[in-house]
Amino acid sequence: MAIIERPATAGGVEIAPPATPSRAQGGFKRPVSTTGWKSWLFTVDHKKLGIMYGVMAMFFFIVGGIEAVLIRLQLAAPEGKVLSASVYNQMFTMHATTMVFLFVMPMAAAFANYFIPLQIGARDVAFPRMNAFGFWCVLGGGIFINLSWFLGGAADGGWFMYAPNSGPIFSPSHGVDFWTLGLQITGIASLTGAINLIVTVLNMRAPGMSLMKMPVFTWLQLVVQFLLLFAVPVITVALFLLSFQRNFGATFFDVSAGADPLLWQHLFWIFGHPEVYILILPSFGIISEVLPVFAKKPLFGYPFVVFSGAAIGFVGWGVWAHHMFASGLGPVSVAVFSISTMAIAIPTGVKIVNWTLTLWGGKLRFTAAMHFAIGLIVLFTIGGLSGVTHSVAPSDTQQTDTYYIVAHFHYVLFGGAVFGLFSGFYYWWPKMFGKTLNEKLGKANFWMMVIGMNMTFGPMHILGLQGQPRRMYQWTEARAGEGFFNLAFWNQIASIGSIILAVGVLLFIINVVKTARSKELAPLDPWDSRTLEWMTSSPPKEHNFDVIPTVHHLDEFFHRKYQQDPVTHEYKQIATAEEILADQEAHADKHIHMPSPSYWPIVLAATLPIITTGVIYSIPVAIVGGIFLVLAMFGWALEPSTAPETDFDPPAAGESTKELAPLV
Amino acid sequence: MSDVAVHEADHGTHGHTTTTGLSNNKVAMWLFLGSECLLFGGLISTYMLYRGRVSEGPRPGNVFDIPFTSVSSFILLMSSLTMVLAVSAAQNRDDRGTTLWLTVTALLGATFVGGQVYEFTAMYNEGLGFTTSLFGSSFYALTGFHGVHVTVGIIMLMSLVGIIKRSTIPGDKAEVVELIGLYWHFVDVIWIIIFTLVYLIPA
Amino acid sequence: MTAATETHSEHDHSHDDHAQHGMSNAGYIRIALILAAMTALEVSTYYVDFGALFMPVLIILMVVKFFIVVSYFMHLKFDNKLFSFCFYAGLFLAVMVYVIALATFKFFAA
Ligand code: HEM
Ligand SMILES: [Cu+2]
Repeated sequence: MAIIERPATAGGVEIAPPATPSRAQGGFKRPVSTTGWKSWLFTVDHKKLGIMYGVMAMFFFIVGGIEAVLIRLQLAAPEGKVLSASVYNQMFTMHATTMVFLFVMPMAAAFANYFIPLQIGARDVAFPRMNAFGFWCVLGGGIFINLSWFLGGAADGGWFMYAPNSGPIFSPSHGVDFWTLGLQITGIASLTGAINLIVTVLNMRAPGMSLMKMPVFTWLQLVVQFLLLFAVPVITVALFLLSFQRNFGATFFDVSAGADPLLWQHLFWIFGHPEVYILILPSFGIISEVLPVFAKKPLFGYPFVVFSGAAIGFVGWGVWAHHMFASGLGPVSVAVFSISTMAIAIPTGVKIVNWTLTLWGGKLRFTAAMHFAIGLIVLFTIGGLSGVTHSVAPSDTQQTDTYYIVAHFHYVLFGGAVFGLFSGFYYWWPKMFGKTLNEKLGKANFWMMVIGMNMTFGPMHILGLQGQPRRMYQWTEARAGEGFFNLAFWNQIASIGSIILAVGVLLFIINVVKTARSKELAPLDPWDSRTLEWMTSSPPKEHNFDVIPTVHHLDEFFHRKYQQDPVTHEYKQIATAEEILADQEAHADKHIHMPSPSYWPIVLAATLPIITTGVIYSIPVAIVGGIFLVLAMFGWALEPSTAPETDFDPPAAGESTKELAPLV
Repeated sequence: MSDVAVHEADHGTHGHTTTTGLSNNKVAMWLFLGSECLLFGGLISTYMLYRGRVSEGPRPGNVFDIPFTSVSSFILLMSSLTMVLAVSAAQNRDDRGTTLWLTVTALLGATFVGGQVYEFTAMYNEGLGFTTSLFGSSFYALTGFHGVHVTVGIIMLMSLVGIIKRSTIPGDKAEVVELIGLYWHFVDVIWIIIFTLVYLIPA
Repeated sequence: MTAATETHSEHDHSHDDHAQHGMSNAGYIRIALILAAMTALEVSTYYVDFGALFMPVLIILMVVKFFIVVSYFMHLKFDNKLFSFCFYAGLFLAVMVYVIALATFKFFAA
């Protein structure tokens, strides 16, 4: 951590005594810009990184969305000609990969990065450079995976990449290699991110914030980070074995060599089921913030929500083989996993009850954020119920690998995870950018997405139960059947729905552009919120809080604004957000230590795609990349964490250098 | 990864204390080691599943040289002792003792890795290549991963010796030494498991 | 890193009480001797026939050695419980999921 001592407010001028002089052992001088592209490229600020994660995830959301629409166009009519069979396989594989690893996970990471430090009253994360490193890894890995489209074809084995489809015989292009190695890179980011955020939550809470006074979003993100911490290494092993098979001639999943392809399935789903909770819990956390605010009531049964979140995090490790019911596990295993899967629906149900009871009797305000939150409750419940039908193994053997499964996971993932993220966009936009997203457009956005998503995925229950297999690239009139349940009709409805869904997403983008252009600034506390992230300016100052707050309550900010009347038990407003902020500014800390920007995170992350490219095309390149990697690690490690002023790049002409120039 | 964690900021640790009073770096290291359990667990399980699957080439019993591996396992085990002595010296601010024990630890580690290279060469000459059989692939994958971990540890130990020697101000390197120590012991306990499950218990 | 430690030596006292709850060097050497003896016992199974005890002895020795190193050399026994949680959570999950996965392959059958 560097010391850039500077006055927190323009008032008290206090320049730090120079730190112990030292050489720039890290090799580079420190970057200095606080504006312009350099300030983003070399930043270690959790808020900037949060926004960068968000922008990247949104980009991949659009990429994955286009892939989805192409899939639906192909299936809109009998004997579709939009995509060839081989491109179709690549399309659904990359659609799922993109949505899971490059949209939902990074978007959840965007919120985690931006809001965990703010919600716990910290000035940054525990390891700011590692945070930046994580972002550059995901970006590098994401681009790397997608490069395969232009280099002979993308991965085509389905997102779970079962053997033998993942082997060289059925997947001769380099697509699977790009996929495997790219996911290794994003996995590194997940691991470092998990460690970073866990340490941040455990160690950097504001004074007084005990674990049970922590906002629910932070809590559920903590559970998610533990899931990542322990699930990522499992997929890492699986991906290594697959790479060794594809690139170095091992036979880990090759039946003809005596291997057990079920090994891959186990490793994948030991990771994969915790992964689905990694995808959904951040959204659960978001709506657990949104519902109380717009119901003007505390979250019903906070400890239950927290403990059921932790319970999901634990039980989620004991259900993975429900994805393998049809693989011949044997009756005992099937029975055990069937029962554990039914059990995991319980803590999930607890949450739904808590949210519903939070709404009960509240003064509800139906903002766009609230719409999406309620949408999540309803749609996720539908997906949860179809999930319970899969937990019954005999029933699942009928459903597995049909569109019924596709319906299930889109209700939980789109209706659940994605709606939660959208709720977060509308709720937190004013905090992040100082402007409120247009509410009218927001509601239009919501209704288009609800209608579109139900039209797209609702009929898939029918299609699946009628026997339409998953990942089928064409259907024919002759086999579509007749009457109400004929496949042709419902396929068409689903395809039309996907267009409506796309329009819904487009409305969101229009809303963002419109809001960015608008001059109207958001009020300081537009929703009358309850948690610490609202107790600072919008967008927050670089150091987040002028004074680190001391916490006395769950929902601390609410309790600073309102006090309970001892007689009537009603809450009366005692302060406005503006007054609280003014009070903070008046008592601002004099010395604020902020971490210095650094070149090393992006440099270190950039060596990884070099190595993976080398693994595919030429081992010497990988070795050179490896040498750079080691050098970059040394540079990183030797970069003094306390940066003296001589260690900085001098500002270029015309550049703003707020940090170093004395503010007078 | 770990040296990323080691030298990352003590941001938040100084100036004011952390919420739990524990060092950020140390919590991070323990989390990382917890995560590593699942990495090695996966590799060990793969080996256990595949060790008997030999369509071609030698079987486990034919290639293992138990006396040789026992010696190198013993050497790695003793490097844990020297590591702990380095930590203890560092906590007493004894720079000379610290560098001495760190160097000894690195040398013991290097001896172990050298032994592994020798072992791999011998096995290869007896006809067990990486792709010969599932046994071979899973054996080399597991022990290779472990060997890479030891090698990374040696590099960290040597770098630390260099840093301590170069720095003009003596004294408090205790935490960094302790963190690298934790990593080193972890790699050692993984070998305790591998030695028993892979070498001593025949397929 | 060096610069950081240099400028913040005022916090050094935190490391002193740290050294207290460790062990003496003599203690470490004693532990190492115990570990060495156990290793010798392990290796002896290669030369001496232990019969039905072969597997249990090896597994027990392995587990005990593991926990001795973790508890004493890695200080987990004396350190904050949070560290134990971080590590044992991972260890526990690893043992659980992989043993179950191997069981579905009938690995432990006969
Ligand atoms: C009530 C809780 C849930 C239950 C009981 C449940 C049950 C199941 C079962 C048994 C399957 C396997 C079906 C098959 O392939 O034959 C499945 C698939 C799936 N579930 Fe769930 N699930 C639940 C919640 C969730 C959640 C919260 C998510 C994600 C946010 C999710 C995402 C998925 C996905 C992505 C698949 C398909 C995997 C694939 O084959 O590609 N599920 N679910
Ligand atoms: Cu599952």
